[in-house]
Amino acid sequence: MTDNNDYLLRTENLFKWFPTRIGILSRTVAYVKAVDGVSIGIRRGETFGLVGESGCGKTTLGRTLMRLTEPSKGSVAFEGTMISALKGSRLKPFRRKMQVVFQDPYASLDPRQSIGSALLEPMKIHRIASTKSEAKKMAGELLEKVGLNTDHLARFPHEFSGGQRQRIAIAIALAVKPSFIVLDEPTSALDVSVQAQILRLLRNLQQELDLTFLFISHNLAVIRQMCDRTAVMYLGRIVEFAETKKLFENPKHPYTKALLSSVPVPDPSKRRELGVLQGNIPSPVAIPSGCRFRTRCPYATEKCLNLPPPLIEVERGHWIECHYDIDFAAASKVEIRPRAT
Amino acid sequence: MKASKPEGSQSSDRYGRRADLKYALHLLRRNPIVLTGVAISVASVLLALLSPLIVNPTSWDQQPLNLRLCWNNPIVNWQIANVFNCGGSAVYPLGTDSYGRSLLQMIILAIPVDLEIAFEVVASAVVIGVFFGGLAGYKGGIVDEAILRVTDVFLAIPGILLAIVLIVVLGRSLPTLTIAVLTTWWPYYVRLMRSQVLSEKEKPYVERLRAMGAGGIRILYGHIVQNSIYPVLVQATLDIGSVILTVSALTFIGLTPSPLLPELGNLSNQGIQYIFTAPWLILFPGLTILIISLGFNLLGDGIRDVFDPRLRR
Repeated sequence: MTDNNDYLLRTENLFKWFPTRIGILSRTVAYVKAVDGVSIGIRRGETFGLVGESGCGKTTLGRTLMRLTEPSKGSVAFEGTMISALKGSRLKPFRRKMQVVFQDPYASLDPRQSIGSALLEPMKIHRIASTKSEAKKMAGELLEKVGLNTDHLARFPHEFSGGQRQRIAIAIALAVKPSFIVLDEPTSALDVSVQAQILRLLRNLQQELDLTFLFISHNLAVIRQMCDRTAVMYLGRIVEFAETKKLFENPKHPYTKALLSSVPVPDPSKRRELGVLQGNIPSPVAIPSGCRFRTRCPYATEKCLNLPPPLIEVERGHWIECHYDIDFAAASKVEIRPRAT
Repeated sequence: MKASKPEGSQSSDRYGRRADLKYALHLLRRNPIVLTGVAISVASVLLALLSPLIVNPTSWDQQPLNLRLCWNNPIVNWQIANVFNCGGSAVYPLGTDSYGRSLLQMIILAIPVDLEIAFEVVASAVVIGVFFGGLAGYKGGIVDEAILRVTDVFLAIPGILLAIVLIVVLGRSLPTLTIAVLTTWWPYYVRLMRSQVLSEKEKPYVERLRAMGAGGIRILYGHIVQNSIYPVLVQATLDIGSVILTVSALTFIGLTPSPLLPELGNLSNQGIQYIFTAPWLILFPGLTILIISLGFNLLGDGIRDVFDPRLRR
């Protein structure tokens, strides 16, 4: 899936399994396979979208990339360095280059810390400003950069609205001058109008500061608007990956197709059959054999039951994990052709 | 609200810590029970601080010279049975104890002794609790297990019994008394702090701090503890009364450095021998214990009401 050297961050066959333990001896009885073999490459300066249902492992993938949890297997390389193998103080320089903005702006700020002190803290940790007054000046500039003003430095998080708090969280993430930011559903807790403001702010900041984003969301509209390339995640694996435009116009995987068609379109002439997915997402403890999507896939066959699907590049830069070449364009009479692998 | 204030300062007046404090005082003022608690605890602390000025602090082991000047209190009018006991007079408002000392003076000297032990025990328990409880909750795993098993050992032995054994082994003195009570007290604080940290550390801002590269010490003691210490402080205030009760219970059963020591439990112990003939000897020290512990309990309740963030925002 990845072949050139222009990648800021790459994962190679990344796994994150959480053991389920019971009893006093902590016997491991099963694993929650949150991330189950993911290889992605994020290019410098792009916005990489990660989309999927709740519980499909997108947040865990983000946390594993950031080394907030240790990967069970596989590697993460940031600017060519294997950060998945680093520990403690060796990891600290990379903490400066990677930042994260969380979904819930109410909970992601320390309620007893003033905004000023929260902005100064990362500068203190990474010794960014040489003097305190310089740091304070930088903190003020950061607030202005995200659309707040210097007066807000002395205030506390509960004095702000959700959108303002998310701006603060972004300002704090920018305080260490990172090159990569994981945006974990940064707008899903916000009003639609505020969402748009935050998204515009993120875009402007990306251009101004030359940032690379990993944009995690379940909101397809936001992904479509924000991302250059998008990966669709299902039960811990990337099932389809392409440029966002291609992915939305011509989905190749039945899951992506179903996801896209479940978004209502406000145009009666384009009314189409809602491809509602049957059933629930299976438990990540007991992932189905063969193709993990087969339990909900309308096209599943015997082959899907027994064999895990291969990763195939259907077009240049458009990868899917599926046994079949399904022609969605031929609407009702869908054609299923086995792939030559 | 003063209209002349500039825009900026007014907004920081409406929010921020000063406004928080104002609101807290407002809540306090509305609640007469809490206000009583505040009054009693402040008064007892003030009395304790000023007691060396009111009563000569070295006078308690000196035998008084003149015992004949006392007469029956016309209001209370208790019978004098013991030659050394006197039921109340202008010179001895609460009467004299079995050593012929002014009971009021002895109580005034006893309050700082008890309060000092109580503050020392509670403050040390809070420090130990914050440190080890925080560590156990944040680190988890083997550290957590080790610290919890140690607290289990202490919690398994009945508190009073453990304290008695310790005082007997270490010898009778005020520092021993403090150490003995502290030994039975600290495990509760470790457990309380641990449970608070356990729930606080799962909040997203902790994760954000980790992503920022903040170290464990900074995250735990700089952020998590600050956000989870309020229940511990409330417990500490409530416990000042309980420690006073425990300490006086220990001295009441005779674990005192000296029978002459002015200490509320010891004074009661000296008084119980004369309970039928000179009941004021146990009544007044006992009442003092009751009032002070009640005062700190009410104060603790009030602090909980005022600072409980669920009631605030």
